[in-house]
Amino acid sequence: MSTVRAMVDTAGSQNPPADKRQRLTNGQLLLGLGIAMLAVLIIVTVFAPLIAPFDPSKTSPNSLAGPSAQHWLGTDSIGRDVLSRLIVGGRTTLLITAVAVFLALAAGLVLGLLSGYLGGMVDEIIMRVLDVVFAFPVFLLAIAVVAALGPTVPNLILTIAIVYTPAMARVVRGPVLSVKEWDHVEAARSVGVSELRLVLRHVLPMVISPIVVATSLTLSHTIFTVTALSFLGLGPPPPDPNWGGMLSEARQFMELAPLTVVGPATAIVFATLTFIVLANGLREVLDVGSWR
Amino acid sequence: MRLAKKRPTDAPLLQVRDLSVVFPAQRGNPPLAAVKGVSFDIAPGQTLGLVGQSGSGKTTTGRAILQLQKVHQGSVELLGEDLTKMSSSNLRRMRRHMQFVLQNPYSSLHPRMTIAQTLTEPLRVHRSVPPSQMRERVAELLELVNMDPAVMHRYPNAFSGGQRQRIVIARALAVNPDFVVCDEPVSALDVRTQAQIVTLLRSLQDKLGLSYLFIAHDLAIVREVAHKVAVMFGGRIVEMGNASQVYDTPAHPYTQMLLNAVPIPDPIIQRKRLRLTPPEFRFSADEDHDGPCSHGENHVRTGTAPWHQIADGHGISCRYWPPTS
Amino acid sequence: MSDPTLILRVRNLTARIATRKEEIHAVRGISFDIAAGEAVGFVGESGCGKSVTARAIMRLAPEGTSIALGGSVDFMGQDLLQLDEKAMRDLRGRRIAMVFQDPMTSLNPVMTIGSQIDDIVRRHTELRGRAIRQRTVELLNLVGIPNPERRADNHPHQFSGGMRQRVLIAIAISCDPDLLIADEPTTALDVTVQAQILRLLMRLREERGMSLMLITHDFGVVAGMVERVNVMYRGEIVESGSVERVFAEPAHEYTRALLHAVPRLDTAGRVL
Repeated sequence: MSTVRAMVDTAGSQNPPADKRQRLTNGQLLLGLGIAMLAVLIIVTVFAPLIAPFDPSKTSPNSLAGPSAQHWLGTDSIGRDVLSRLIVGGRTTLLITAVAVFLALAAGLVLGLLSGYLGGMVDEIIMRVLDVVFAFPVFLLAIAVVAALGPTVPNLILTIAIVYTPAMARVVRGPVLSVKEWDHVEAARSVGVSELRLVLRHVLPMVISPIVVATSLTLSHTIFTVTALSFLGLGPPPPDPNWGGMLSEARQFMELAPLTVVGPATAIVFATLTFIVLANGLREVLDVGSWR
Repeated sequence: MRLAKKRPTDAPLLQVRDLSVVFPAQRGNPPLAAVKGVSFDIAPGQTLGLVGQSGSGKTTTGRAILQLQKVHQGSVELLGEDLTKMSSSNLRRMRRHMQFVLQNPYSSLHPRMTIAQTLTEPLRVHRSVPPSQMRERVAELLELVNMDPAVMHRYPNAFSGGQRQRIVIARALAVNPDFVVCDEPVSALDVRTQAQIVTLLRSLQDKLGLSYLFIAHDLAIVREVAHKVAVMFGGRIVEMGNASQVYDTPAHPYTQMLLNAVPIPDPIIQRKRLRLTPPEFRFSADEDHDGPCSHGENHVRTGTAPWHQIADGHGISCRYWPPTS
Repeated sequence: MSDPTLILRVRNLTARIATRKEEIHAVRGISFDIAAGEAVGFVGESGCGKSVTARAIMRLAPEGTSIALGGSVDFMGQDLLQLDEKAMRDLRGRRIAMVFQDPMTSLNPVMTIGSQIDDIVRRHTELRGRAIRQRTVELLNLVGIPNPERRADNHPHQFSGGMRQRVLIAIAISCDPDLLIADEPTTALDVTVQAQILRLLMRLREERGMSLMLITHDFGVVAGMVERVNVMYRGEIVESGSVERVFAEPAHEYTRALLHAVPRLDTAGRVL
């Protein structure tokens, strides 16, 4: 008996037959890698003081030293241990990032659900206001707010939360707009379920996947934004270390001690990459692409 | 457990009068009158079949009766209370008397709620069963629709279309309603499953004294379940009567055309039917044309509804009658 | 092919469909013939393999899957399962054409109806220049689209479901195929529109002497349209015979169950 492998050749279907097993493995691999990287970040952040070999603020006459057995990544311009500052500084950067994104997520969730579910005038007003915020370039807005309020950690968090709220709200609103029309929501409404329960029990669970992915991506953006603002001197004030600030200081001595730049730069890239990998892994595993 | 309000025993369970629904203007499209002055009654324990082609307004009528769609005009009285004028909290209370079975059993169940969760939701909302007896009631409901109660902890994806529709029906029956709107309840199912669900709906009606508004495009299915039939066209009812009146002696040309188009599973008859050229009907859709209708009456002048009683309980609209010329 | 009156001779056809999750043995060794000019119906419930059979003949995999075929599909002396992909592509649409259930997804929403038909005419015929559009208008006229010259410049969304199905039928018959496969061509349509489309298919078949493979779940649709019926169940043909015989004396238990479940307009309804 002859067997022929035929491929799809219709005008209507563009995508070639995908092998689910292959795709799933890729997604799971990415997700696993992302989780491992995230675990490294979390462990280092939580146990920073225990892990750091030196007091990150302790100066020494041994400035701008190269890597040695004692100082693995060398020392900075006033003789502080770069590795220790990197470990402790990560704490500040990641904490600001996490809290800011959490706030943006909370605000975006509430606004997006209200806007998408209620629709009509409420939707119009919320989306118009958010559009105004959204219209500003992230940095310009952040610089303006931080410059006006002063570069403290709470202000930085608030600013970043405000900047990212519109994007989060949109991520929530889009799917809510369609899910609220779905049959099972209508069925629950016809049974007499209250509006609040409809939103929380029947609409929200259906839009969780895109929100999770968007949150992870926003985390990676935010790390970058936080370090960039710190780099520009709008971050947490010295002497407490943070990655953006360290990069900024090291830049002045880049020719003398290039390694002092590599440390914070690598850390920033690693952290940003963590959340991008995580987001892509989640996207594959949660199947957000084929989300209707 | 009826409402305290005293009602005469022969009163219809549901009384719809002059119901109109207008979809507001959207993106440059003018407002659309989807339902225009629909009136009918449904008696306790009876089924009204609402048939018509897509876009005829039959689904919108069903949703408007359940107040899932804003009513523009008219009244909907269930158990003697006008639903259109009710506060939202009273309306939610009234929902235990009226339930909804949707067309697509694949989308009308929450995919991440177990069958037990889905079935207890209406019970919780209406506090009709104490929490300790929920499980028992869920099992009872599943047995009512001929399903094994052991499946209650599964998710909808474990079930076939027909089984899901049974669960949807069980959910609708959870709070002992008097009236159920079934919107194309079997059109997404295979023919053998269709027959099973239709049989189930009929036996539940006999057992529980339910009233149905049975909305469907399939005239043959409606014939199997309906006591009375209303034919919709362009947002209006063009013919209404007992099932045998409408099916055996259709009076409106639109009804005749619909019935003639339904394929009959008999090769000899069906071949002949296909050979017949269908007549072209030109409906006078003119809203208030000043002149005699097909029955020689000028409704604008006499101020009467364009509706003609042609037999006891059998009426047709003359609005869409082809011009006599 | 031994018998010159046969245009399709399918023997022991099997189809396994691999989706992302699983592999389904959708067609399990079926055999049937279609004679020149004959109309054959395939009836069964969803998942019985009737649509896959049609796609197997066209060697098309359902979207997002791959299909493994076995057996032989002898179409006018050629085994389609042995043809290379290029030869197959040349044959599809020209010798065997197909009409699907959902006329919207089969049309390109951003191209006018006319230019979509023009493309097919250009690809499969020798016509060039203005003759192409002439042929397109002729085809639209043939399937009963009013004002074909003007309507050719419309986009699919400006057509109703029934009109779109007419367009697809126009495309399907544009190359005078020997076999037209119609897969649930009226399932998405209203009953009066369904009757129109069925009449159109019947007329075209008689005028052009083309063979018709009509796939449907509806015994009513198949009753007036075909000479022979194959009833499918779980990937197999469980009953096959003349339409009169199958309806009057169904031999297989499954056919009887199906026919029994079909609601009928002409027999008594609910007992009051």
